[in-house]
Amino acid sequence: MKEATTLSERDEIRRKELDEVIEHYRGQEGGLIPVLQKAQEIYGYLPEVVQERIARGLNVPLSDVYGVATFYSLFSLKPVGDYKIGICMGTACYVKGAADIVDRVGSELGIKVNETTADGRFTLEVTRCIGACGLAPVLTVNKDVYGRLIPDEIPGILSKYKDM
Amino acid sequence: MIKLTINDRSVEVAEGTTILEAAAQAGINIPTLCHHPELRKEGSCRVCVVEVEGARSLVASCVHPVMEGMVVRTNTDRVRWTRKNIIELLVAAHDRDCLTCDRNNNCELQRLAQDYGVREVRFPAAVRHDPPDCSSESIIRDTNKCILCGRCIRVCKDIQGVSALGLAFRGSRTKVGPAFNRGLANVACTNCGQCVAVCPVGALKERSAIDDVWKALNDKAKHVVVQVAPAVRAALGEEFGMREGSLVTGKMVAALRRLGFDRVFDTQFAADVTIMEEGHELLHRLENGGPLPLITSCSPGWIKYCEHFYPQLLANVSSCKSPQQIFGALVKTYYAENQGLDPKSIFSVSVMPCTAKKFEAARPEMARDGVRDVDAVLTTRELARMIREAGLDLPSLPEEEFDLPMGMSTGAGAIFGVTGGVMEAALRTVVETVTGKELRHIEFEAVRGFNGVKEATVAVGDRILRAAVVHGLANAGELLGRFCRGEVSYDFIEIMACPGGCIAGGGQPRSCSKETLQMRANALYREDLGKKVRKSHENPAVQEVYQKFLGKPLSEKSHHLLHTSYEKRSDL
Repeated sequence: MKEATTLSERDEIRRKELDEVIEHYRGQEGGLIPVLQKAQEIYGYLPEVVQERIARGLNVPLSDVYGVATFYSLFSLKPVGDYKIGICMGTACYVKGAADIVDRVGSELGIKVNETTADGRFTLEVTRCIGACGLAPVLTVNKDVYGRLIPDEIPGILSKYKDM
Repeated sequence: MIKLTINDRSVEVAEGTTILEAAAQAGINIPTLCHHPELRKEGSCRVCVVEVEGARSLVASCVHPVMEGMVVRTNTDRVRWTRKNIIELLVAAHDRDCLTCDRNNNCELQRLAQDYGVREVRFPAAVRHDPPDCSSESIIRDTNKCILCGRCIRVCKDIQGVSALGLAFRGSRTKVGPAFNRGLANVACTNCGQCVAVCPVGALKERSAIDDVWKALNDKAKHVVVQVAPAVRAALGEEFGMREGSLVTGKMVAALRRLGFDRVFDTQFAADVTIMEEGHELLHRLENGGPLPLITSCSPGWIKYCEHFYPQLLANVSSCKSPQQIFGALVKTYYAENQGLDPKSIFSVSVMPCTAKKFEAARPEMARDGVRDVDAVLTTRELARMIREAGLDLPSLPEEEFDLPMGMSTGAGAIFGVTGGVMEAALRTVVETVTGKELRHIEFEAVRGFNGVKEATVAVGDRILRAAVVHGLANAGELLGRFCRGEVSYDFIEIMACPGGCIAGGGQPRSCSKETLQMRANALYREDLGKKVRKSHENPAVQEVYQKFLGKPLSEKSHHLLHTSYEKRSDL
């Protein structure tokens, strides 16, 4: 019961925040993209109901909102975990065994690339070259960087975030 | 004026003309796909590329404006090679089941592939395998055939102000559709079918009722009755190579009889009944303080638009069912009683220029005790297909007359098929009903023509009636917006969903020119002129239906059978 109340309170706060953003950009040409960016900051991704609220609030067709949200790769239509794991698949990391790192992270967490764990903690993504070729193969967890990895180091890295 | 050279010929055109338009004026044809004369220019498909001297690359002629002294070549090796490659790439990404496609022999991509001699596809097939969207009663959408030209998106957004369709994703994953891949039935789609009308390929088509109709025609236990909307007779001939604007009323009746319909009736009869009901509704509202303006209810695309986007105005919309539904309700009651038929044994078919009529006929409220007003709706295109399937040659058929009594109609009923027609028909009856005097001049020119919004003030007895006529839903939305902000006020508004009215409906033979529409409109005005009776209230068959069955307009029986109600729907 307590959790349900907390959830709805959290929803209420987020909705208020979203409405303020929409209010700020209403009537402004080109306002859709900044509103979507802010909405993603608030919710972590862009759920259907949020896109619908933006469409109504900005008086923009929902098909346009959805079109922009699916066009730019920085927008996510699926929930993203608290910790976003990015494994570099640039050329250097790839030849140094990034694929094995992807497999190990996937099997440790029980998810595939572009999926999120059921507890909402981790999302696994592969990235293009992040410019840290000297550290290949490289993995990032949000803003933390781990380099010169071997698969057996993965459980230790993940455990740091599991308990946080 | 700008002087330029196209294919070594000197051409002079107005500033702002595109190369494509300039070439057309010089009698030079440039192929197009994403371009459509009635839509915003886009320049996305690149099939219309031409060579411009001094330009670094080929330019898209549909968007490129002419410039003084420009030297254009439309038919060089480089141009032909490029176009052929573009077409080949489009074909590689296209579901090529041409033989079983709705658009076989009538497909713009197929025609281009043929014209440019595309005989092999060197690129790996990049065809989608998405299931078609069959959620709508009216329209079926198959993205596997979509070539991403965007015509449907532009007509839906710019002309209709609906934006049910949009582009989503990017690059090779780009696709057209409603947000979140929701079916058309689950978004604010009006079913107007203008997307179907402009689609160059088989990605958008009507949900066909042909099989249901053949089945009923072959069922000895069924009494199959058909009604035909006015706009159908002004366009059906085009499907059989007849001149645009041919009025094929008599031949169409002959064809329907040969298809096996037991009675061939006319929706125009029901249009006359609509005028009796709606005209009296207007008078009633004028006398009893509204709500005004009264807005017409004949166009089911408009009705659904209002339910989605202007629910606050639903009380202003006439409660009259559309002529299609009025006809259906009378067939299953008045006609059944007269003929001693069990309404359940009657199968009622309508032929409409419209895809939205399919949704309208399926609305749950359009039935009594499980007996539907209309059992199946065919578009003009579907009727043409049935006529061909039956081996009939429309142009060589004799002219025959509609059956009586529900085939008897007036000129007022005929002009329902063109923008301004319902208004004009209503005015003919309302003015005479109020004044009790015969109108000397029954043509109301102010409400005719293709201007997006037409306004007129008409003396009705000692009162001045302020009327407006709009067609195209974006025009309607704009006018209603102004009305809601208190900037304009009217007593009576006619709204038709399609630009031009039913003659340009989503179920009509596909055409892209204003000239064709004008000729179809002229055909209906000729039908009006050729009628002995041109005012709905003077239709003897309509007078009889009131004497013997309905009593008077707005009677209890009328309300029960011929009137309906509307519901607010989501705006997304």
